[in-house]
Amino acid sequence: MHCRDYTRAEALRAAARAGNGLPAIEAGMPVPAGTGLTRRSVLLRGAGLALSVYGAAKLPWFEDGVAEAAAAPPGPVLVQVFLQGGIDSLTLLAPTADADYRRLRGPLALAEGAGTAATADPRLRWHPAAASLAALDRGGRVAVMPAVGYDHADQSHFVSRHFYEVGALDANARTGWLGRYLDRHGSPGNPLQGLALDYSLAPALAAARMPVATIDSPANYTLWARDVWGEVDTALQRAYPALGRAHRRGEPAVRQAADAAYQSGRLKDALKVFEVGDENGDGEPDRDPYGTPVSARYPQADDPFPDRLAALAAMLGRGLPLRCVALTAPGDYDTHADQASRLPDQIRLTFDALAAFQRDLDARGLSDRVLVHVWSEFGRRAEQNGSGTDHGAAGIGLLLGSRVRPQMLGEFPGLARLDDLGNLRATSDFRALYGALLEQWFGVDAAPIVPDAKRFARPALIR
Amino acid sequence: VPHHHGLPVYHGPFHARHAERLLWRAGFGPRPGEARRLARHGLRAAVKSLTHPKSHGLRGRPPRVHGAPLAPRDAWGHDHLWWLDRMVRSEAPLVERMTLVWHDWFATSVATVDTKWMLHQNQTMRRHALGSFPALLTAITRDPAMLVWLNGTENSRWEPNENYARELQELFSLGADSGYTEHDVRDMARAMTGWRNGWKDSVGYYAFRFDPGYHDTGVKRIYGHRGRYDWRSALRLVIHHPAHAGFLVDKLWSYFVPHPPPRATRRGLIRLYERSGRQIGPLVEAILLHPALHAGPAMVKPPVVYVAGLLRALHRPVDTEDWTWICEQAGQKLFEPPNVAGWDDTRWLDTATWRARWVAANTALEKTTVNPDPPKHHKPLRESPERAVQRATGHWGHPALSRATTRRLHAFAHHCAQLEDEDWKRDVYPALRQNALRMLVATSPDLHTS
Repeated sequence: MHCRDYTRAEALRAAARAGNGLPAIEAGMPVPAGTGLTRRSVLLRGAGLALSVYGAAKLPWFEDGVAEAAAAPPGPVLVQVFLQGGIDSLTLLAPTADADYRRLRGPLALAEGAGTAATADPRLRWHPAAASLAALDRGGRVAVMPAVGYDHADQSHFVSRHFYEVGALDANARTGWLGRYLDRHGSPGNPLQGLALDYSLAPALAAARMPVATIDSPANYTLWARDVWGEVDTALQRAYPALGRAHRRGEPAVRQAADAAYQSGRLKDALKVFEVGDENGDGEPDRDPYGTPVSARYPQADDPFPDRLAALAAMLGRGLPLRCVALTAPGDYDTHADQASRLPDQIRLTFDALAAFQRDLDARGLSDRVLVHVWSEFGRRAEQNGSGTDHGAAGIGLLLGSRVRPQMLGEFPGLARLDDLGNLRATSDFRALYGALLEQWFGVDAAPIVPDAKRFARPALIR
Repeated sequence: VPHHHGLPVYHGPFHARHAERLLWRAGFGPRPGEARRLARHGLRAAVKSLTHPKSHGLRGRPPRVHGAPLAPRDAWGHDHLWWLDRMVRSEAPLVERMTLVWHDWFATSVATVDTKWMLHQNQTMRRHALGSFPALLTAITRDPAMLVWLNGTENSRWEPNENYARELQELFSLGADSGYTEHDVRDMARAMTGWRNGWKDSVGYYAFRFDPGYHDTGVKRIYGHRGRYDWRSALRLVIHHPAHAGFLVDKLWSYFVPHPPPRATRRGLIRLYERSGRQIGPLVEAILLHPALHAGPAMVKPPVVYVAGLLRALHRPVDTEDWTWICEQAGQKLFEPPNVAGWDDTRWLDTATWRARWVAANTALEKTTVNPDPPKHHKPLRESPERAVQRATGHWGHPALSRATTRRLHAFAHHCAQLEDEDWKRDVYPALRQNALRMLVATSPDLHTS
C-alpha cells in the first residue's frame, strides 16, 4: 500500500493532537473545487435548488429535515455499487503476464493480446467487455485494489458480504458502516442521506438512529388511493405518516412498519419533482423525468441499473441532500459454471452504465462531488473448475471519479504464491479503505465508525 | 405451568386476537370470523387444527385472469399467482406456510431454473412440509431444480464444483462457523459428485440421474471421518453432525418467533427433534404452543403473507396478474428469492417495500371501493365518523387494532367531517373518507405485523 503519502488523515490527526478538534468543513472537500463556484455561490445555489424543489407546492414537511438539508451546501457523495456473488477478479483484470495464468485458468484465460493494459500496472489487462472501465482508467479516473480482502477470508457469500457491509469482521454487528457514519454525522430529518436505489435497503446503510431510505426509482414515488381525492386525499396523505409516527415507540416490528410509513410520507414529498404524468395513457411517462443530458448515453437494458444511475444523477442535479447511496450492479457474479458465456455481458452492462454516469455527472458539473466505490464480497478461486470458478478470497475493488487519485492500491500478489486453499492473497484491507474514505472523503474521524481501520495505514485516495 | 413434551405451553387467555396472531404466524391470516371461531376451541385444539388439518384441499373454484385459468408453467408471473392462490384458498394453511418456509430455506430461483422444475420442487416441499427433515434433505439433494441451481450436475469426479456442498452445510443444515472446515467443503463436494442431466432446446433440462461413472469413489475425509462417501452417506454425516439439530431448531424457530428461543426451550426442542426421528411436525407444534409466540413481541408479516391475508379477508380470488409485480416490489416474488440464502426476514419494511404494500392494499380494494358519484337514484352515503371507522375495520374482518391506531382513525374521520362545508361535499366526502379509512387500516403498523 501507498502509506508514505501525506494524507488528510494525518492532517486531521495532527489537528486533533494540537487540541483543535476536527475542523467542521475542511479544505479539500469537494464543495467548491472544480465547480468554478465560490462557497458563497454554492450556498446560494443550494438554497435556490431547494426552493425549486420545495417552493412549488405547499408540502406538509416543508419546514422539516429534507428541505433543511437540501438548503445546506452540497456535500460529498459516496456511491457504493455491489457486484453480488463474488466477481472473478482474474477475469475483470487478467494477469496475462503471470507465468501461472494460462495453466490455472485454462478455457477461461484471455486470448493473447486481448483487452487493454491497466495504466498503473500494464501486466494486468482489463477484459474486453470492460472497455468502458479501461477508458475511465486511461482518463485518470480509476483507482484499483487488485487484491482487496482481509486475513483468513471467509468463503461464505453471506458471512464475507456481511463483513464488508458492517465494516468489521463481526458476525453479530447490526448496523452498516455507512449507517454508523450517518448515525454520527447525519440528520434526524433527512431520510435521503442514506439512499438505497434498490428493491430493499442495502445493509451497509442500516443505521441505528438516523432515517435512511430505499426507492426502486424516484420517478412517480406517489401513494394514491382509489376513489379518494381533493381535500380528503390531502388529509389521507398526512394521516398515514402520522399514523406511523404514533407508533414510533412501539416494539421493534411495529416500529419498523411505523418508520417505513413515516419516512415514505416524507420521501413522497421530497420526490414530487420527479412525478411524471401519463396523459396520453400509453403506459409510458410523458417525458424523461430526469432531464438526462444527451451526452450521457446510458446503455439500454432490462436491468434497472442504468436507469437508477440516471435517476441518481438527476437527484443530485436537483440538489436533493444525498450522502451515501447504494446500488446493486446487474447480474449474478457467482459464476460456478458457464462463466465464459455469462460474465462478459454483466461486466459490459455494469461498466457501460457507470461510464455513462460519469458523463452525466460531467455534463451536470457534479463529478467532483461524487465518488463511486465498486465492491464484491470476495474474489474467486485462481484455478477454474471446468466451466467456472468456486469461491475465493481476495478480490477486486475500484474507486471511480474525477477526484480519485489514479493508482494501484496494493500490488497484484501474483499467482505463484496463493494461500494454502489456492486463493489470491489480500494486498489491501477493506477496513483501511473505509477508514480512508471516512477521513478523506467525508472528513470525519474514522475511529468510532470503523474501529479496525486504525490497524492499517490509510492510503491517500483523493486528489 | 402446562407442558408439551417437556416444553412450556402458553396458558394465558386465548381470545380472538390471540387466534388471529396464530393464524398469521402459522398461515396467511384469518378469513372473516375465523379467529373468533378458533378462539372458542382453545389453544391446543387451535394448534391441532393447523398441524393436523381435516382437509388439504383448496376452498372454492380455481381463479381466472383475463377469462382464462392460470398457466403457471407457461405465462410469465403465473407461477407466483398459482402459489398465491393456494395460500388464499388452502384449507391447510400451515402446510402451505411450511412450504414457503422450505422455499426460503432451500432458496432456489427461476433466475436460472426452468419454471417446470421449480413447480416440481414446490410439490416436493409441500409433500415433506411437516415430515422428516432427513427425508426432505434427501429429496432436495436430488431435486432437479436444486441440481441446476447449485451446479450439482456440473460436479464430477474430474472437476468437482463446490457450490452445493458449501450451501448444504452453511445454509441448509449446519450454519456458518459451526465446526466444519474448508477442507470439509471440498471433500463434501467430491462425495456429492455423480449427478447428471440432459439438455435439449425443445424441453430444456431433463433426464436427471445419478451416474456412478461420474462419481468420485475415492476416500474422503469429512468432519474427521474417513470413508468412500457418496451423497447418501455424506448426508448422514451432515444429519449427525453435532451442530445440526441446534441449527435446525434455531432456524425453524426464527420463522415463528422474533427472538431466539430460551436456552431450556432450545434444549427441549433439540431433544424432541432427535427423539421424534427428526420430524418437523412435532417441533412446529411445540413452537405454536409456546408462550414466546403468544405473549412475546410482534413480527413483520412477509409480503406474500400480507397480500394473501388481504385477499382472504376480502374473500377476493387471485383474479389479476398485478399481484406478481406488486409482490415483487414488496420484496417477495415467489420462486425468485434474491439468492440462495433466501429472503432477509429482518428487513421486510423500508420506504420502497412499504409503498408496494400500499399499492397492494389499494389493489385489493379496487373491486369494493365506495363510489363517490353514485347513480342518481341511490342515496349518497351518510355515516358518523365512529360508524365510518367501524365499517372500514369491518371491511377487513375486524382485525385487532391498537389504541394508538384507533385514535388516529377517529381523528381522521372527524377531520374529514369538518371538511364538509358545502352541500356537495356532504354528499361525496363520506364515500371518499370510507375509502381512505380502509387504506389507513390496511397499511397501519398493526396490519403489517402480527
